[in-house]
Amino acid sequence: MANLKEIRTRISSVTSTRQITSAMKMVSAAKLRKAQNAILQMRPYAEKLHEILVQLTESLDDSVDNVYGQQREAKKVLILTIASNKGLCGAFNSNVVKKAIEVANNKYSNSTVDFWTAGRRAGELLKYKGFNVINETNKIFDNLNFANVESFALKIMSLFVDGEYDRIDLVYNQFKNTAVQILRHEQFLPVLVNNDVEEKESSMQKKDYIFEPSKDFIVNVLIPKSLKTQIYKALLDSNASEHGARMTAMHLATDNAGELLKELKLNYNKARQSAITNEILEIVSGAEALKQ
Amino acid sequence: MQLDIITPVDKVFSGEIKLIQLPGTNGSFELMDNHAPIISTLTSGKIRVIAIDGHEENFDIGGGVLESAENKVIVLIESV
Repeated sequence: MANLKEIRTRISSVTSTRQITSAMKMVSAAKLRKAQNAILQMRPYAEKLHEILVQLTESLDDSVDNVYGQQREAKKVLILTIASNKGLCGAFNSNVVKKAIEVANNKYSNSTVDFWTAGRRAGELLKYKGFNVINETNKIFDNLNFANVESFALKIMSLFVDGEYDRIDLVYNQFKNTAVQILRHEQFLPVLVNNDVEEKESSMQKKDYIFEPSKDFIVNVLIPKSLKTQIYKALLDSNASEHGARMTAMHLATDNAGELLKELKLNYNKARQSAITNEILEIVSGAEALKQ
Repeated sequence: MQLDIITPVDKVFSGEIKLIQLPGTNGSFELMDNHAPIISTLTSGKIRVIAIDGHEENFDIGGGVLESAENKVIVLIESV
């Protein structure tokens, strides 16, 4: 039986750990709500933009010449990997990195693949595994707003336009609910405008729009806008997923600490009781000895 | 007609209006009730809105897109 003092110190250390994890859970829950709100707020904008773009591309006879739409042989590929700056969120970061590496090895086995990461953890993990990380954008999560994301998105888009990379892909966690994140891999550039024109949308009643100044012009303005929105959406999704993952991880940690504490208390009481029994035994046998 | 001004961060304006004046790429223009369906890009400038009660509101924008059909106007801008 472990001695009483040992168990007491363990109990106090587990108690304080549980306090920390449950506090972290609360913090993540609050941040998660904020992050979820940001996604909800962004959705009408993204949907409308997409709708207009679909309307336009449908009424165009041939594909528009667009710098973002050039199909080139994928010799140099950039994978934008979005993770988080902090750990303690379960397998969140390692899952993203695993997925990114899988994409690099399977899909682009014949091309040079570089990584651009958002979130310190992804950069560290990828570098550790010997991949080429050309840039890290870690501060973006400190203040996640559209203006910041816009300049970040423009930097990445210019890499494609300047011909530095022939393909740019996104790998990130999409937020489904607090406990579930879906790993997503999307093609970012070149643009696929018609990729998700669904039946429903194409059967949508066509209105006879006036286009000012011209269809081509509008498409060329809208495509960069929708690209920026795509990155913004990915970052928001990843941010919400991170907090969700951390909340779940911390919830489990708190539960485990509670379990451990229960066991320790049981042991402690057992040890205490046996110590008392021993003491009584000694006293009684002492008294017996004196009587004789 | 119904007007919604939407940014990626929030909905800046939503309500019934009489008239809207916009900085189009080819010059400023106005929309009133029963305008033909139109999609247009906007440059930086000022959006002037006159609500149904005559109340006037102005928004400075850096550019955006406008879609209007069947008396529903939607303006997408990146920031106010």
